[in-house]
Amino acid sequence: MAELQTPQPQGAAGQQIPHESAAGHVSGEATYIDDLAAPAGCLHAYVGLSTIAHGRVRRLNLDAVRSAPGVVDVIVRDDIPGHRDIGPVFPGDPLMVGEGDTVEFHGQVLFAVAAADYRSARRAAALAEVDYEPLEPILTIEQGLKAESFVRPPHFQQRGDAEAALRDAANTLDGELFIGGQEQMYLEGQVSLCVPEDDGGMLVYSSTQNPTEGQKLVAEVLGLDIHAVTFDTRRMGGAFGGKETNANQWACLAALLAKRNRCAVKLRLARADDMRATGKRHHFLSRFCVGFDDDGLLQGLDLMLAGGCGMSPDLSDAIVDRAMFHSDNAYYIPHVAVAGHRVKTHTVSNTAFRGFGGPQGVVAIEDIMDRIARQTGQDPLDVRLRNLYQAEGGRNVTHYGQTIEQEVLPQLMRRLEETSDYRTRREAITAFNAREPVLRRGLALTPVKFGISFTVKHLNQAGALIHVYTDGSIQLNHGGTEMGQGLYTKIAQVVAQELQVDVDRIRCTATRTDKVPNTSPTAASSGSDINGMAALNAAQKIRRRLTEFAIAHFDVTEDKVTFAANTVTVGERCFSFGEFANLAYLNRIPLSATGFYKTPKIHYDREQATGRPFYYFANGAAVSEVLVDTLTGEYRVTRVDICHDVGRSLNPDLDRGQIEGGFIQGMGWLTTEELAWDDNGRLLTTGPATYKIPAIGDTPPVFNVELLPDSPNAEATLFRSKAVGEPPLMEGISVWCALRDAVASLDDYQSTPQLDPPATPERVLMACEAICRKAAAS
Amino acid sequence: MIRFLHQGRTVELASPSPDDTVLDYLRDSTRCTGTKEGCASGDCGACTVVTAQLRDGELRYEPMNACIAPVGSLHGVQLITVEELRHEEELHPVQQAMVDAHGSQCGFCTPGFIMSLFAMFHADTGVDRHRVLEALGGNLCRCTGYRPIIDAAMQVLAGPRDDQFSAARDEAVARLASLGQDDDASESGGTYHLPRSVDELAALLAGQPDTRLVAGGTDLMLEVTQGLASLETIADLRQIPELGELTVNEDCIEVGAAVTHRQAQPVLLHDYPELAELIERFGALQIRSRGTVAGNVANASPIGDWPPVLLALDGSVKLVSSEGERVLPLSEFFLDYRKTAMRKGEFIRSLLIPRRRSNLFLRAYKISKRFEDDISSVCLVAALGVEDGLITDARVACGGMAAVPRRSEFCEKQLIGMALADGDITPAIDALCQDFQPITDARATADYRATVAGNLLRRLQLEYRGECATRITMEAEHG
Repeated sequence: MAELQTPQPQGAAGQQIPHESAAGHVSGEATYIDDLAAPAGCLHAYVGLSTIAHGRVRRLNLDAVRSAPGVVDVIVRDDIPGHRDIGPVFPGDPLMVGEGDTVEFHGQVLFAVAAADYRSARRAAALAEVDYEPLEPILTIEQGLKAESFVRPPHFQQRGDAEAALRDAANTLDGELFIGGQEQMYLEGQVSLCVPEDDGGMLVYSSTQNPTEGQKLVAEVLGLDIHAVTFDTRRMGGAFGGKETNANQWACLAALLAKRNRCAVKLRLARADDMRATGKRHHFLSRFCVGFDDDGLLQGLDLMLAGGCGMSPDLSDAIVDRAMFHSDNAYYIPHVAVAGHRVKTHTVSNTAFRGFGGPQGVVAIEDIMDRIARQTGQDPLDVRLRNLYQAEGGRNVTHYGQTIEQEVLPQLMRRLEETSDYRTRREAITAFNAREPVLRRGLALTPVKFGISFTVKHLNQAGALIHVYTDGSIQLNHGGTEMGQGLYTKIAQVVAQELQVDVDRIRCTATRTDKVPNTSPTAASSGSDINGMAALNAAQKIRRRLTEFAIAHFDVTEDKVTFAANTVTVGERCFSFGEFANLAYLNRIPLSATGFYKTPKIHYDREQATGRPFYYFANGAAVSEVLVDTLTGEYRVTRVDICHDVGRSLNPDLDRGQIEGGFIQGMGWLTTEELAWDDNGRLLTTGPATYKIPAIGDTPPVFNVELLPDSPNAEATLFRSKAVGEPPLMEGISVWCALRDAVASLDDYQSTPQLDPPATPERVLMACEAICRKAAAS
Repeated sequence: MIRFLHQGRTVELASPSPDDTVLDYLRDSTRCTGTKEGCASGDCGACTVVTAQLRDGELRYEPMNACIAPVGSLHGVQLITVEELRHEEELHPVQQAMVDAHGSQCGFCTPGFIMSLFAMFHADTGVDRHRVLEALGGNLCRCTGYRPIIDAAMQVLAGPRDDQFSAARDEAVARLASLGQDDDASESGGTYHLPRSVDELAALLAGQPDTRLVAGGTDLMLEVTQGLASLETIADLRQIPELGELTVNEDCIEVGAAVTHRQAQPVLLHDYPELAELIERFGALQIRSRGTVAGNVANASPIGDWPPVLLALDGSVKLVSSEGERVLPLSEFFLDYRKTAMRKGEFIRSLLIPRRRSNLFLRAYKISKRFEDDISSVCLVAALGVEDGLITDARVACGGMAAVPRRSEFCEKQLIGMALADGDITPAIDALCQDFQPITDARATADYRATVAGNLLRRLQLEYRGECATRITMEAEHG
């Protein structure tokens, strides 16, 4: 880190500084959209939701809604002046389902009401009388597969001859795994505040990861040009993918009501309706046949992944693709055929959630690795290590043809095996399990390799805008949104580094479509990679201009101009950055610049299913240890050790926060977070009372996190850093594997318990009972 | 008219609506938007505020879910919200610790954590991880994974506990005392009643039998925030001194109807330490600080955790109306799903729990999807009399296994006469399973409930034998 060894301004890239809003968070002064002082006369909107999963709307009687106290306006489908479908990529998401249309999930929006206050709007929305002609719903992935009900055509990836490899393999196993979905459960629910402007424009404050898409859809729904709509997103109270496309509908509805009533309108979903009406992580069915030799070395794999997409395409094409891209996780599979199905069901359209299908693909293959280990009588870690991608022997090309150019995992996993004392603990656990009749311990070390880049190529671009003022203070704006991940902080650090000023001289302003246009969603872990590079590009332009100005103005050579720690030195003269900025201004040098970035090298031929869809891979691994009560299925995670590859960290503390938070979220997905529907497709888990995300007591009492040292990105990324938002979520898979390990001890590790995630205490107990029955029978 | 302190002022509300919560008041009336709504059901803690109130001359700081506390319940207390913690531009020590430890990411849950930490800062001395987890168990964070928050708590609680509130303690005590003495202030006006005595409450209910009773509000207010119902009239029990009494007699513990879970905890644990885990896993500290034991009985939910305890301990309920008082064994109290033997105009005055008897072998088990702050899939409490190794009497009660919490008499019959250490417990398990036909819902399947209930009897026997470990705890250590 040669360039970081000279005196640096406070808070420059690589330093551990707090989140830019930390003081605002703890004092309650950081505002979210529902906290904004709304303009006078602001109306409160609410939505009426369908109460069946599938059926035609014969009649929508809203008389009682219209006459309810406080109600000002009610809108239905026919009141939409512009586009009626807000599908982000493909159509299929009606803004409102009207009379004669078909409802496709329980909780779909039928109408919206605006009232003087929030409670009146909610109470009014509950008064609709809807006459449905019910149709038979398809509610499960299996029903959908059987009925060949899909939202999009399937995609296939293959290498070699999987069928022949399976035929010739020394051992084969087949099986299936149902992988549960997951509610994003951002603490701040969906919310938009729309304020009409005097020229017919619309200013939209929206809690969204994708202001540009919201802007486009609001314009289309209102029948306006895109330039008429401005989106403003300062921060979100969590998003996790749940506000990538799912924020759009509420912005569109509020905008429509604001336009009609010529006043500000706010729409905020109550938690239960938020959970009913917005998409979740896709649940998946994995069905496989795997071939391997007696050492557990993979020979062939035939894998079917079927994603439960819900009622519309939304982002499901890319999500199922990403599951397929990650169905190898970290392992070389010589012959492989992967089929990815996008199953349509009459449930809410599932959407982005941290990992975007990747985690489901990784779980599918990690399930298989465990099964191979039991079958061959080995520690699952040995099977995993044996199958890792490595350059030696040419075993470093994925099933979609991308070469793993930077080999990180073999060393990383060996390192973690040592630092976590894996082998010694394995022995102790085996001894513990041999003597304890009720409590059992489990241990698992699992890796993750995660591809970084949007698999939709054009999204891999970003813009930024930097203004330097005459006192040297700086405003920074870019296309990324802040949802807690610390993006604004990291990008300010990058600009501080480039312009050599303290980070508190830089103010990050709200993400706005009128400052940086045509942005990509803040998603795919790409936030700092692409927006940071765009900001760096803008900062470089300004620094270049200042340098050229110095050369011309003071008649020096370039080597006499240095920027260092809040000063600009030109020959013998030394200026503060502010003095120099003012001097440049007086000499008519532009102090504002835009920046742009597009990710190089990436391509994917979908016809051939080959290419280089990812600029690089982020890597990590975790060891989890659990203690299971085999009489009740209850369990605790007692220790976790993680080693994670963030390249050269932009801010180690923020990165650690992403790793820990991602891990716990992944753990929650696979343990206590269970979505439940009734037989009619009505969601039962509609709040934190029934949907259980990890609480503070679920934090492992020993939780060691290490950033893999001395591992700069081999690609020329932002200061050689690596994306960190999503990959650590998949380290939570080690908890699920450890639970299975504990259960497997009940028959002395002879077989693999079927334990479909989420491994709730109930499912763990049922797995215990099943394995005991099996052991008793044999 | 109700009166309370907030932001250094005495706030007077002439006629609070029974439907308005403390959160509504803060966000809509005062624009104190630091307090957030995450769920409006008391499950996420984003709306946590702190109340300081005088109890036995002491100033007690307790966390509360503003989203399900009726605003009228603020009468006589000091309400402290996150806006007040900064002092002369300096962050409060709990705030600074959270900044230093990177305890916030998206920041939306953060004010709630801050207030829970603030309550702990003032309520406790010393620090250990277990108490930190207990204090923050009702605050959900979706971003951090909690480790930095635990670090922040451990760090700040190890330091001095002085702040602007402790400096102004005497003044707060004096102001609260004068609020409480001001009788005019509590005169019941409108639809939010604050009766001052049992007789006054009985008279009110005789005249208006549909008046809803509220003590903590942790269950009732869900009808408003989740069910969008409107509560016509409310009688708040918290101003009735008799209902706040917790007395220990020679033969029984009497728990007044307004006694919170948290207040009852030490008294009950004195006689029945076996209840410790169950109580810790009951709701979260915000709920246990507000909700009452009697409320958990009165709402007759099949999944409440106190009914099985009280059924197994042979508790009774003392009911009062304008017609007089009667005592009903709890086993006769629950009639059907959310239906009790309480008559119109009647209310619970107290719960009567027998003192511990000799030869008691007591186990109270709660099983839930998440270990803390979750509703039981199954709750099983068994109180066995054991003499010379033989079970002489048995009371086994379950929650989550039927439409009402109730005992399993078949199971009890099978247990009586059995040698607890080495007798065959299978017939008792079979009897338990015959006695209940549990349902499948979002929390658990019928099959799991039945299997677990049976296994809990096995666990009980193993624990009597004491030969092997049977319990995992929140802080289970690695091997």
